[in-house]
Amino acid sequence: MGRERRGAVASARLPAAPRPERRAAVDLPDETSIPVRSDADVILARQKGRELAAALGFGPADLTFVATAISELTRNIVLYAKRGLIVLKRIEQNGNLGIMVVARDDGPGIPNVPRALESGFSTSGGLGLGLPGVRRLTDEFDIVSEVGRGTTVTVKKWTR
Amino acid sequence: MVPILKQGRYLIATIPTALTDADLERLRDGLVAQVGRCRSRGVIVDITALDVMDSFAVRTVRDIAHMTRLRGAEMVIVGIQPEVAFSMVELGLTLQDVHTALDLEEGLALLDKRTKLVGH
Repeated sequence: MGRERRGAVASARLPAAPRPERRAAVDLPDETSIPVRSDADVILARQKGRELAAALGFGPADLTFVATAISELTRNIVLYAKRGLIVLKRIEQNGNLGIMVVARDDGPGIPNVPRALESGFSTSGGLGLGLPGVRRLTDEFDIVSEVGRGTTVTVKKWTR
Repeated sequence: MVPILKQGRYLIATIPTALTDADLERLRDGLVAQVGRCRSRGVIVDITALDVMDSFAVRTVRDIAHMTRLRGAEMVIVGIQPEVAFSMVELGLTLQDVHTALDLEEGLALLDKRTKLVGH
């Protein structure tokens, strides 16, 4: 109890900390890494992705596309690899802005990548990886997976 | 945690902006149990505020509809936003055998109609 009080007094004397959440959207960092360990990180990753995409000027439908793709990719990490990393990055090509999402894990890997990219689309939310859906929601899609080593999915979405 | 409101013979659950998988599963279990406890005839799940309907959310919502129907209640999903509908179609996700309505008002009207039909 005494320790708690001391802590409270000490923090009360600190100068007011800057509040990062109130910074303008354009000040968002160009790259954000989100460690993924639990289903709460699915929410965090897609919210961060939506923030970055909004700052880049994506419209409402594209924002939902980006958030949904990140949600699927992050959940795959939680379900199949238990832990991994989501990297969100601002990208630019010939004046066109975009967002790149890299989902990386050291999990079991996908034995048959072409099949993972086919199945699931028509299963209407079955137990598939949702990768065909992620591919449809984004402009560029790349996957590298090795059994026993892990999976890295990279997607890009351009503002135009 | 999503509160489940009882309104007459219906249950209403309003999903917040973001919901973890575990919270969504708890809501499913809560609704299935409450349908019995409250002897409810209908369930409305309002997802107006929800930012993303991904494959897990769609699967769980469909499970809620099937389970509550097995318990004797009709379920209606209300408030699917245009962008969410758009991304669901792109993902190939459907809610074919789940009733949907534009908003809470329409959802209640649909339940009134359907539970009346079932009752006769």
